[in-house]
Amino acid sequence: MTDTLRLTAEEAMGLIERSEASGAELHRAYLDAIGERDGELHAYLTTVEAAEGAGVPIALKDVISTKGVETTAGSKILAGYKPVFDSTVAACCKEAGLPLIGKTNLDEFAMGSSTENSAYGPTRNPWDPERVPGGSSGGSAAAVAGGLAPWALGSDTGGSIKQPAALCGLVGLRPTYGTVSRYGIVAFASSLDQVGPLTKTVRDAAFLYRIIAGRDPLDSTTVDLPEPVELPETEDLKGLRIGVPRELNEAEGIEPGVSEAVQRAIELCRELGAEVGETTLPRSVEFGMPCYYLIAPSEASSNLARYDGVRYGPRSGKGDIREMYMQTRDEGFGDEPKRRIMLGTYALSAGYYDAFYGQAQKVRTVIRDEFAAALEQFDVLISPTSPTVAFPLGAKTENPLAMYLSDVLAIPPNMAGLPGLSIPCGLSEGLPVGLQLIGPQFSENLLFRTGHALERAIGFDFVPERLR
Amino acid sequence: MAITRDEVLHVARLARLALTDEEVERLGSQLSAILEAVGKVAELDLADVEPTSHPLDLANVSADDESRPSLSADEVFANAPDREDDFFRVPPA
Repeated sequence: MTDTLRLTAEEAMGLIERSEASGAELHRAYLDAIGERDGELHAYLTTVEAAEGAGVPIALKDVISTKGVETTAGSKILAGYKPVFDSTVAACCKEAGLPLIGKTNLDEFAMGSSTENSAYGPTRNPWDPERVPGGSSGGSAAAVAGGLAPWALGSDTGGSIKQPAALCGLVGLRPTYGTVSRYGIVAFASSLDQVGPLTKTVRDAAFLYRIIAGRDPLDSTTVDLPEPVELPETEDLKGLRIGVPRELNEAEGIEPGVSEAVQRAIELCRELGAEVGETTLPRSVEFGMPCYYLIAPSEASSNLARYDGVRYGPRSGKGDIREMYMQTRDEGFGDEPKRRIMLGTYALSAGYYDAFYGQAQKVRTVIRDEFAAALEQFDVLISPTSPTVAFPLGAKTENPLAMYLSDVLAIPPNMAGLPGLSIPCGLSEGLPVGLQLIGPQFSENLLFRTGHALERAIGFDFVPERLR
Repeated sequence: MAITRDEVLHVARLARLALTDEEVERLGSQLSAILEAVGKVAELDLADVEPTSHPLDLANVSADDESRPSLSADEVFANAPDREDDFFRVPPA
């Protein structure tokens, strides 16, 4: 009997190599675990019965197009949509022999921080089912943390991999912008969207990143990796300069328990041989959120214009074509996409463009410059990933701005196109705390080395306490 | 900054969203609060700063001019709500 809660993807590879389990047997073990626990967690929207591939099974967030397997982006407006082609990342997984377990729940169109915005009902946190798993990749996070997948892919626009990884006690990598193809990914904000792994260990994240990263002729925003992905081995941080940006570590709203766990991790960095110093990002945190909530909704309002009831998805409304568009979109989109479409349309409309979208793009330059300056002094920057641990379902659904603040620390590096790795660094009130490691563009190998050494030293147990 | 009911309706028309009265009311007040928060970007004097539209220094990426297989018509129409021959059928304009 496979202990799916405890098994890492790397250990699963070992079982397959030693012929102790096949890809199909592992796939079955995860489907059985889903049958047992997903009634409570609701991590999956769709499961796939037939195992295709001899490797370690995987779950994919439901913004990732999978040929012949329903892909809804958590929205009613894509109910029943079965892609006729694979996204490049789904094709990479197939080529690597990873059988698809299923498609995971998410905030509608990846817009949200709790997975409560799904049109198909919320996902629950395996550590405490009364709490959210974070979002928008909450289904992928809950699947891995709850032993319903050995690893998963999510997508991250403003923290949607890093924040759920933090809230579910997992490792989450938001890769450097341009390193992973978005071909076949349901688009949200195209200057920010990235696909990346959610895993139990840093080495698993490196394995999966290796499978999906690289230039794709079908996505003109992708580039070749400057160096191959290396699996981290070293267990110290000698010679590494780690910067602690004051604003990212002292932002309003960071819970004391989160701060304490991060402080202990920073102390460990010193013990592991790193040189630790304070640095500053004077405007990036204060202005990062406003900048993000202009740029992302503006791009979303444009990207979501394609859902018009003509080429795919359900159609509503009687009367002329205009009426059909308007009814289809009103009935098909939930509250959060509507809010963001409205906000973005407003910010891009005549008379407001310069003051909102144009100004936000300039703020983005300021944020890039500040990170570049901090990363001249330091190799890696460190902070909490989320200001809080997992919060109760319903706690922030009535107040969109309070929900948006959940990503206040994850957003600034995203605006600069920087990679971020979240690793669990301890518990606060019995719930996982995430540590965010930020490096220069294309520094994934450095983040894996840093994360791996810290992970070994911290010794976090990724199996939720109530399930041990 | 408060957004008026007329502005909400104008933006909804631009975005092709037929909002219900209740949605106009609720979204209007939420949008006012959000605009107030994001309007903070105006506090910075950035007259001399260049905008960033994209985080990588890529420009004019072109693909090789080679044909490759594309979707068949049946695949293209597989998810269509309404089809007539090789057209998407829609209500009259």
